This record gives sequence, C-alpha cells and structure tokens, in this order.
Amino acid sequence: MPAYDRYSPGPFHSPLSRRAALRTFAGAAGLAALGPALAACGSSTPGSAAPNVVSFGSNYSDAAPKAAFAGMIAAAGKATGLTVKINTVDHNTFQNDITSYLQGTPNDVFTWFAGYRMQYFAQQGLVHNLNAVWDKIGGHFSDSIKAACKGLDGNYYIVPIYNYPWVVFYRKSVFASKGYAIPTTWAEWMTLLKQAQRDGFVPLAFGDKDKWEAPGTFDIINMRLNGYAFHMDLMKHKVKWTDSRVADVFAYWAKMLPYVQTGANGRIWEDAATLFENKKALMMFQGTDQVAAAFSSADLPDLDFFPFPQINPAYGQDSVDAPIDGFMMPASPKNLAGGEKLLEYIGTPTAEKVYLEKDSSDVGVASDMDTSAYNAVQKKSVEIIKNTKNIAQFMDRDSVPGFIDNVVEPQIQQFITNGGSGISSVLSTIEGQAGQYFTG
Amino acid sequence: MATVNAQAPAGPASSAAGSRRRRRRLRTLSRRDKLVIALMAGVPLALDIGFIWFPTITSVLLSFTHWMGIGGLGTAQWIGLHNYAYAATTDPAFWPAIEHNLIWLGAFVCVATPFGILLAVLLDGKIRGSRIYQSIFFLPVMLSLALIGTIWELMYSSNYGLINSVLGANGANNAIDWLGNPKLDLWAVLIEACWRQAGYVMILYLAGLKAVDPALREAAVMDGATPSQTFWRVVFPVMRPVNVVIAVITFIESLRAFDIVYITNRGTNGLELLSTLITNNILGETTLIGYGAALGVVLLVVSLVPIITFLVVRLRQERST
Repeated sequence: MPAYDRYSPGPFHSPLSRRAALRTFAGAAGLAALGPALAACGSSTPGSAAPNVVSFGSNYSDAAPKAAFAGMIAAAGKATGLTVKINTVDHNTFQNDITSYLQGTPNDVFTWFAGYRMQYFAQQGLVHNLNAVWDKIGGHFSDSIKAACKGLDGNYYIVPIYNYPWVVFYRKSVFASKGYAIPTTWAEWMTLLKQAQRDGFVPLAFGDKDKWEAPGTFDIINMRLNGYAFHMDLMKHKVKWTDSRVADVFAYWAKMLPYVQTGANGRIWEDAATLFENKKALMMFQGTDQVAAAFSSADLPDLDFFPFPQINPAYGQDSVDAPIDGFMMPASPKNLAGGEKLLEYIGTPTAEKVYLEKDSSDVGVASDMDTSAYNAVQKKSVEIIKNTKNIAQFMDRDSVPGFIDNVVEPQIQQFITNGGSGISSVLSTIEGQAGQYFTG
Repeated sequence: MATVNAQAPAGPASSAAGSRRRRRRLRTLSRRDKLVIALMAGVPLALDIGFIWFPTITSVLLSFTHWMGIGGLGTAQWIGLHNYAYAATTDPAFWPAIEHNLIWLGAFVCVATPFGILLAVLLDGKIRGSRIYQSIFFLPVMLSLALIGTIWELMYSSNYGLINSVLGANGANNAIDWLGNPKLDLWAVLIEACWRQAGYVMILYLAGLKAVDPALREAAVMDGATPSQTFWRVVFPVMRPVNVVIAVITFIESLRAFDIVYITNRGTNGLELLSTLITNNILGETTLIGYGAALGVVLLVVSLVPIITFLVVRLRQERST
C-alpha cells in the first residue's frame, strides 16, 4: 500500500462517519441487550482453537491490492498447510483504529508499514519481535531493507513485502518532441520548468487535497538540501521546525511554486495525474504506486521517470522516499507458531512474486527475487532504489503520524495557499504544536 | 398482599402516625411491585448514568490530562488546564473552528430554515405537481451527508466538475478551487448543507401547514387579509409547536455538523469545526485523548447555551399559558 493509505484516496472511500459510528454503537448496544449468546457472535475469534488456523488483519481494502493479497495468501496456504482467515478492514479505518486494535483482540498477523510508524508501536510493547522469523528469511534481504525492518531496540518487528520510489514522472514522447533533456541539477530543473511554462504546459501537475501528497515534495527537497540524516532528525523532532534549514527547504519549494499546478489543495492527485497523462502537464512528482498505477495500459509504455535533481552537491541524489509495506504480529498472538510460519513464507522471493503478479507498480524487496516479469516502471524503480544510498520511508512513516496529520500537513497546505510566503509563521505554528506529540 | 389500609386518608392530625403509616404502606408493596419499580426506575437510571453521565464526567476529567491512549488510564498525566490553554493560544485550528461553527449556525438560521419554510408555504398552495416538487426537495434528506459530500465533490471538482465546466473555469490555471481555497470552501460546503437542510425543514413545516385548520384561513380571507398577512398573523402563530421543533433542529444540526466536512477534507484548510477537531485528535493514528476530551468539553459548553436558552423560554411559556 502507498503512503496514502491512511487516508481515503478518493471521495468514494468514505471514512467512518460519526453517524455510522453511532449506528454501529446503537447496534452493539442492542446486541448486548439481547444477551451474551448474540453478543458472542460479534467477538468470535477464529484461530483460537485450531493450531493450523491463522487470522490475518488486512487493510488492503482497495480492489487491486486486495486481489493481490488474496492471491499471495492462497499460495501461502498451499505452501504451509495453514488455513488463513483474512479480516479486511477499510484502510483508513484500520489505521485510525490501530491503537485500540492492538490493545484489544488483534488478529495473529496484520498489515503495517516500516519506519518510525512501526518502531513507535514496538517501543510501546504492542507488537511481537520477529527475530525467530528473520533467522530463517534474513538471507533474502539486503542490509538496508533489514535495517528498515528493525525497531529502535535492534530487534526485527516487520516482514516486508514491497516498496516503491517517489520520483519525477514524464512522458517520453513529449520530452522527445520538445527536445527536453532530463534535468540533474536544480538550475537545469528550474530552466526546464520555465521552458515548459513558455511552451504552454503546466510544468508540474499537483494535487494535495488529501494532504499526504505534498509532504513527498517537502521530503525530497529537504533530503537534497540538508541530507538524509537531517531528515531523520527533523522527523524525530531532534531539530526544531523553526531551524533555518527547514525554512530553506520551503524557500526552495517557493521558487518552484509558480510552475506548479495551482489550486492543489482542492484537487485529488488522480485529477492531477489525468492532466499529466493528457500531456497538458509536463511532469508530476509522486510515487510509482500512484502515478504508474493510474496510467492506462495504452499510455504506460510512454511513461518514464527520473530521480529528483540534485540541489546541494554534498548530498547529490543520494536519498529517496521509498516506503516499505509489510506485516507484523501483535504482542501476544493467539497462534504464535502459525503466524511465524506464515511470515516465514511471506518473507520469501516466491511470495513476493505471487503478490506482484497482480500489482505492477510496486517492486519486491527480496534481493534474490526473480524480476523477469517486471515491466519498465518496475525495472527502473529497482534500479533507482538500488543506486540510492539512503532510503527514507516518507514523512508520515518516519515521524509520529498524528503530528504529521494534524499539524504539519495543514501548515503545508497553508504554505501552498499563501503561494510560498509566510514561511516563518508556518514554521512557528508547527513548532508550537510539536510539544503535544513529542514529550520528554 | 393487596391488604392496603383502607382508612388511610386520616388527615393531617398526627404527623408521627402518618409517617408510620406511610412506612407501613411501603412495606406492604409486594416483591413483584418492588421489582417492577426497581426495573422501571433502575433501568432508565442505569442507562442515563452509563451512557450520559459516566462518559460526560469521564471526558471532563480526561480533559485535564495528557494521554496517548496506550496503556491503562493510570498512564495519563495530570496536566491541569494546559489543554484548554493550548487550544486557546496555540492550536491554529481552534478559533477558526468556533468561528465556523457559528457561521454554520448563522447560515442555517438565516438561509436554510427560512428557505425551507418558504418552499413549504409555496408547496402548500395549490400548485400543479406539488407532490413532485416535494419529492425533489426532500430527496437530499434521504441521502446520508457523507453521500451528499461525495455528490457535491463531483460538482465542485476544479478541473472536471460540473460547475467549473459550465462556468468555463476548468482550465489548468483559471479553475475556481471551490473545495481547496480556504476562503471559499466553507461557503461551498454550506451550500451542500443548506441544500439538504432546506428540504428537511420544508417537509416538517409542510406537515404542520397541512394540520392548520382551513377555517382559520377562510376567516382571515373573509376579513380581507392579504396572503402575507394571513401567513404572519394567523398561520405562523398557530404553528408555534412546529416552529419550536424547527428551531431546535436548526440549532442541533448546525452544532453537530460533521459528516460533509469530514468527507470533504477531514475538517482542515478552512473547514475546521469543533466536531472534526475532536475526531482528528481522538480517532487518529496517534491519539491525543486528553486534548480531544478538552475540545469535547468546549463543544458541550457551546451546545449548552442554546439548549438552556431554549429550555428557559419553553418553561416560561408553559408557565404563562
């Protein structure tokens, strides 16, 4: 799942409304009144008795990932002899409920994300360490992937399945017809943006209605300008948001803004991607998991991308956001042995390949995976991820998610509304609220 | 044991004897009577305490703490009034939320409700196809607010929406950003909300109008009243019970406004409301339960103002009639 999965990717994935919540609540109260016999139906826990039954809490609720996930689980069942019961929950609801889910009666295995977003729950003791699983699967993964799957205590907590990079997309035919070259430095980048505007394009398509999209741009400018280590320090709030280096990031972004599609705060990224696919916008910066997945199969061969250009030569193009999705186990699962057995299978190149048969915009993370079936987008993604020294997870995965959701993202929208001015007030507003989320 | 003392009404002669008798009479209640009384008083009381007082008081207590929702309640830190101070001084969304709630109330009071009443009065006259109009205006009420938000999102979409396409403002650079411009989006969403609210008020008022005795109108016409005089001097006062219901609904619907805004952008970027602030703080992936509870208390206090006003007015009227 992409970084947006905490949110509704479009208007049709409505989050649980208060009304619906009340209805559920009323329903539950009614059930309880009918006596324990009925109430028990609501809390049946598959897998508590049978040793070969594993329950799996999944947030792969959109049609495509759901099908890919079901395919992989079916293969896992065949290979391990386990019966896996999948409990799919709308991804937005799943993620918002995670705190109470993990403290209630969670499934044996559940879907989650690498990065601080995983480490936070490991710190709280809400998830099970998976060192036993990693003893068996460790050989399939590179050191950088291994590092991304460890908690702050050095133990493993997640088994990864795929990732995907955030890159600048363009259409090969458009670049060829206009004679544009791929920019590798900030100066070339700005020249290209200006030229594109003169040639009647929207230089950069952009949608930020769901608020998680713009942080990708912040991340990449930050890592190009201040480096990966600074990104991590800022995300963990070891550096204040009022630091002048953060202001510099926004200043660079502000230089780009005149060439970015206006009105981004009211546009879903899918609409921006459509403008780009229709050749009215020249480029778009986002994840392959979104843009490549949104492209029609007819246009897909024309789609290409490159890493965001260098800004500070000290850091070159040595970092990229490439979020990893994976699977974890709660602190005390009902079927520990079964869950571990299942994860041992999922942590193999075979399982990743089965998953990616139905998902052609993400790439597997096992280094010994058979990539012969990859399309051009996937091949290039692998190349970019392999050639990039530092893999970041994304703003809302490297930091405290609620802080990013409720504090940083609204202020980035404010920055976009202001057209790039008022940076210092944006930063002091963010910093003023940080204390609520980062204590001690 | 139906042997209740038949000579009970002894008068206020001796209070001691009276109280003794009362005590005896209580004792003479059968076990079944006691059970029935206990059930009839106890169940509503338990529900009232369990579902209203317990959560309310817990919320008020939680509002003085910092608690991320992990571990037992014992892990909550007592921080006094900090959450309230934080809301008033630091949270950039708090004051806009209060303001937007008030604007919402104003729009319902000044636009949606009068418009709904106007529709009802017009449809109450003998217009051809009155039923069809009623159905059309009532249709939005039957849709959930979440669905209404989705429908209007398609209308407002800046590049592909109906409104901008009709206005010819759907280009890459001249598009009107209805739902993304923080100065516009509240009004855009209020149109959605009023669209629904007007239909709701209309149907309630129409039902009331149908119940008005036609003889009253006839008498007014006979006395030479104009249609507007008939409405304001005769029909409107007669409709007082319905008017009160509509006033209450208008207040409640505007204070609990949530769904449309949440579906549009989760209540940020110019659409902050108290209800969405609470939700974002309590139901998010990182939960600030204490702060969310403090916002809940603020909403409670804000809601109490119209409710108490209403009750006071109501009671005064009842006493005077």
